[in-house]
Amino acid sequence: MKGKIHSFQSLGTVDGPGVRYIVFLHGCNLHCGYCHNPDVCHGEYKEYTAEEVFRQVKRYRTYFGKDGGITVSGGEPLLQAEFVRELFTLCKKEGIHTALDTSGSLWNKDIEKLVDVCDLVLLDLKMTDEESYQAHVGCSIQAPLRFLDELEARSIPCWIRHVVVAGLNDTEENIGKLKTLTKNKACIQKTELLPFRKLCIPKYKNMGLPFPFEMYEETSEETINRLYRVL
Amino acid sequence: MTSAWNNFKPGVWQDTIDVRNFIQSNYKPYEGDASFLAGPTARTTALMEKFESLLKQERENGGVLDIDTETVTSLDTFAAGYLDKENELIVGVQTDAPLKRAVNPFGGIRMSRQACESYGYKLSDKIENEFHYRTTHNDGVFRAYTPEMRAVRKMGLITGLPDAYGRGRIIGDYRRVALYGVDHLIAEKEKDNEALGKKHMTEETIKLREEMYRQISFLNKLKKMAEIYGYDISKPATNAREAVQWLYFAYLGAIKEQNGAAMSLGRTATFLDIYMERDIANGTLTEEGAQELMDDFVMKLRMARHLRTPEYNDLFGGDPMWITEALGGQGTDGRTLVTKNTFRMLNTLYNLGPAPEPNLTVLWSQNQPRGFAEFCAEVSVKTNSIQYENDDVMRPIYGDDYAIACCVSAMKVGKQMQFFGARCNLPKLLLLALNGGYDPVNDIHVGPQLEPVQDEYLDFDAVMDRFEDYRAWLCKLYVNTMNIIHSMHDKYAYEKLQMALHDTEVERFMAFGVAGLSVITDSLSAIKFAKVRPIRNEAGYIVDFETEGEFPKFGNDDDRVDLIAKHMVEEVIGELRKTPTYRKAIHTLSVLTITSNVVYGKKTAATPDGRKAGEPFAPGANPMHNREANGALASLNSVAKLPYLACRDGISNTFSIVPASLGKTGKEQARNLVTILDGYFAKDAHHINVNVMTKEQLMEAYENPDAYPNLTIRVSGYAVNFHKLSREQQKEVISRTFHVDL
Repeated sequence: MKGKIHSFQSLGTVDGPGVRYIVFLHGCNLHCGYCHNPDVCHGEYKEYTAEEVFRQVKRYRTYFGKDGGITVSGGEPLLQAEFVRELFTLCKKEGIHTALDTSGSLWNKDIEKLVDVCDLVLLDLKMTDEESYQAHVGCSIQAPLRFLDELEARSIPCWIRHVVVAGLNDTEENIGKLKTLTKNKACIQKTELLPFRKLCIPKYKNMGLPFPFEMYEETSEETINRLYRVL
Repeated sequence: MTSAWNNFKPGVWQDTIDVRNFIQSNYKPYEGDASFLAGPTARTTALMEKFESLLKQERENGGVLDIDTETVTSLDTFAAGYLDKENELIVGVQTDAPLKRAVNPFGGIRMSRQACESYGYKLSDKIENEFHYRTTHNDGVFRAYTPEMRAVRKMGLITGLPDAYGRGRIIGDYRRVALYGVDHLIAEKEKDNEALGKKHMTEETIKLREEMYRQISFLNKLKKMAEIYGYDISKPATNAREAVQWLYFAYLGAIKEQNGAAMSLGRTATFLDIYMERDIANGTLTEEGAQELMDDFVMKLRMARHLRTPEYNDLFGGDPMWITEALGGQGTDGRTLVTKNTFRMLNTLYNLGPAPEPNLTVLWSQNQPRGFAEFCAEVSVKTNSIQYENDDVMRPIYGDDYAIACCVSAMKVGKQMQFFGARCNLPKLLLLALNGGYDPVNDIHVGPQLEPVQDEYLDFDAVMDRFEDYRAWLCKLYVNTMNIIHSMHDKYAYEKLQMALHDTEVERFMAFGVAGLSVITDSLSAIKFAKVRPIRNEAGYIVDFETEGEFPKFGNDDDRVDLIAKHMVEEVIGELRKTPTYRKAIHTLSVLTITSNVVYGKKTAATPDGRKAGEPFAPGANPMHNREANGALASLNSVAKLPYLACRDGISNTFSIVPASLGKTGKEQARNLVTILDGYFAKDAHHINVNVMTKEQLMEAYENPDAYPNLTIRVSGYAVNFHKLSREQQKEVISRTFHVDL
């Protein structure tokens, strides 16, 4: 089957371990205030079969070393779960490490089959309470928590990722909540705190869209380092 | 047997000149990490401060500290010079004071005169008179050049030819002086010469007999040069300090004699390690002492200077010397050639700070020790001062005792040499073909004379047919031009000392080059996959293009266009091979521009790929700036498709990436860089320069050059101090693709 793909990035080093080939899938079901890929979610896309994408990935095999592999990001890859499953199945057969970068906001039969072929899930836990999820993300916090439970039940390795926005959720209290939400989950290998950045402003301008989090400042490295100590 | 060789394992190296055998019999591979290394001593730091104050004066003086306009450079024409006589461990500078430049008129008196004038000096009447009665290399070449050769040179179709300065790209085996002492080398040369005397006196033998005379005479001068500094180097070095000193004297002699465009050091670190291990074992040297020797040695190499003209600097920006040292690599027996001293050489970048010279070149092998790979990557990320070349593609051809001349030219040390041949401008050749042998920029008719192409839209097959004819014409002309240059160089500016440090019978390469590979590739791709409409001037000559529609561009791992580049280099070398070379040299080809991509671009009108008239080309084999849509590795994959066997003189790729794109922490960045290098070279790629920095850093340095005197960046095949580049070269570097995608 064909996937709707926004773009490829042949060198990714920040979405999963090692050197990774990143596939950005088109389309998203959420509208996060800090979204830095509005072009991926709403811009143009091209269609490719899983086999076609797999042939691309294989060209970068020698760069993956022992840690790297493919990361499928977006957009929201869960919207094209069947396509991603097909792609990951091909990759796994070749011994290529597969990572899924997702909001975890959906769950269905196709997604169930998809997570079984993920070597790693990068799960965005975007906010830490229901109210903020509704206000800034556009779904219930229960969705990603359920997703995390499913990963735990299947022992699928997972990295939690949480964007820290100065003035919104850069408090120790918030990180404390994040810690509570993720405690006692053996599948979680690592929690990453990502600083909020505004590099995406030109993208919004080009697309004629407002940037919902325009009013917030970028998060400093010091803040991130301070909050890591809470974890 | 000499006592200098005590505790060395014997081998054939004792009976014949065979440094490789000495190394293989005696070196100790090192598989560990960098934790043993020592920092700079107080002595080193104090000496470095003195050196830096001289560098500051040199900068303030417009790039040249001082020129001796009265003395023609040679091995024995200057008194001894010191940075700090009492505290230097390794001594010797080119003139009687550090950073003072000498004139070397043997390549051409005009270059020396102009160089002096452009820095506010005047070449002395004494030298002018002496050379009034002397034929220089440049005189000889221009006596023999044909009008056609002059025309392609003038219009910039072939540029940077070594016809007015020393050709360089020859690596003396400077290690021989340390291992054997000069007297033994003279005796061996005399034996060879005697054998030559028994052969038929053909032109080649007569020539070689005369060269032997000159070689021996310069070996004697080398001894004299060392005597000026109070050393007797007629006998082998007896300890590590002497080994470094003897080797350095040999190199110093070479750069006093010659002002070759690139004069590499060779492959010395592992050789020297054997002496250091011996001294450490017998308790006469500590790790700190060994590092101090290397720091002092490297400081001396960083003082090397040639006097150049501003035009030369346009082509080869940043006052480079290309004192290239090849590090690491693997032996043909599978053992790594990395030793502790390989680490020490890299460690000089920490102890003395980053710098372009010596041009540290790591011979990358998939099987090298991880500790070494990670240390290289760490030093790269912090200093931008290392380049990498694929040992696994070169070793099968050159064995395990080759070095790199200039940037990317491999040769067996002491056994092979090359005739350097700069490069031809492929995009300009395409434009010349389209205009039927007319260059509107310079108003020159040259090459096959045809009607300019009349089509409304360019037809790929017709363009290729025509281009192939012009390519054949240029390749023949190029070889013939080179034959004249190198015949005259041998005659009037022969490298006496460097060739004395080679075997008597050497294998020769003739190294041709191409510039603008990505421009011609994308141009042909545009003609093939999009619609290209030529725009003509009133006389009917094509001066610009309108390109409609999309076309695949080199640098995106797209075979449709990448194979155009691959075929181009294969066809160029194939064409070159059809014309015989001077002294039966083997034809080789490089895809390397140094910084001449800026000048080449300036001299070239608009091209069908959308590049505007005068815009710089991408350097070396790089994809054109900002045409890469799929990220860094796709770009590397495209370059990796260029076949090394067609381009045995090297394929240069300069890679700039912002630190954050390489990973979150310094450690991650180094580890990912190792993985990327492994991946790239596993695809049989040849070379990569690595810069880890942001565009903002460069822009800041562009605005405030004085605040960044030590900012070092890698350009095509070498490193430079950013502040030493011309403003145009700096702008071009800033406009390059920085891989920033996150």
